[in-house]
Amino acid sequence: MNLGPHADFIVAAYAVTIFVVAALAAWIALDYSIQQRILGDLEGRGITRRSHRKG
Amino acid sequence: MPVIDLANPSRFLSIVNRLLPWLTAATIILFVVGLYRGMNAPDDYQQGATVKIMFLHVPAAWLGMFGWGLMSVAALGTLVWRHPLADVAGKAAAPIGAAFTFICLVTGSLWGRPTWGTYWVWDARLTSMLVLLLLYLGVIAIYWTAEEPGRGARAAAILSLVGAVNLPIIKFSVDWWNTLHQPASVFRIGGPTIDPALLAPLLIMALAFTLLFVTLHLASMRNEILRRRVRSMRLLQAQELAEAT
Repeated sequence: MNLGPHADFIVAAYAVTIFVVAALAAWIALDYSIQQRILGDLEGRGITRRSHRKG
Repeated sequence: MPVIDLANPSRFLSIVNRLLPWLTAATIILFVVGLYRGMNAPDDYQQGATVKIMFLHVPAAWLGMFGWGLMSVAALGTLVWRHPLADVAGKAAAPIGAAFTFICLVTGSLWGRPTWGTYWVWDARLTSMLVLLLLYLGVIAIYWTAEEPGRGARAAAILSLVGAVNLPIIKFSVDWWNTLHQPASVFRIGGPTIDPALLAPLLIMALAFTLLFVTLHLASMRNEILRRRVRSMRLLQAQELAEAT
């Protein structure tokens, strides 16, 4: 595949896109694991949501 | 399953947990096919190989606008029906829409230099797209700095609705003003003007980017629901501690 005389621009466009999408996906995945860990910690200390309480 | 079930955050989480692996797999497959077709597409007779930037730039532009459209609908849900999931949807869409708009601006700039001879020009299409990015940053700032989430949600919803005025300006800027940016070449009366050899990979990439947006949005909505649960549990904990002392 020959990208011609402007190969740098094409490669840069794809590199920026991959970087931004990967950073966004990684941030969302990291946020999920953080929220899961905090929820697990709170539940482990016996704290439950109001809707899950009996009586 | 009745659609109303989606309104329940717990039910919504269970559906999202089941959907996400399938959506992720479908997104990856579509990107592999789209990139393969795009890399093997013929060069444009005028722009040469730089036309390959179109496969990123155009879908990113569409989804940058789609994200704001989604936030505007969610804003109605927040302001009119006060639905908690509407606010979750709006807040989750903002960073994703901003990222796609940023990709659109950067790839457009990198495409503009070899095609137009400049990275940037203050023409109506480019400027209105930059305004969209600034609006996204404004909404994100409101969401993340509001001391009381409900008040932040209402302010962000109002900005989302006001900012929706920018969407038709972006779309029709190339018709209303004399711009360096080319006019619409896919969604236009009379059909697309792009050769099918380039249009097919463009549409596949657009579908891949759309699925990527949906996947990231659902994952981000899940995070936001969990974050709100954490907040309410901490408030309960603080309340119980205050009552005990």
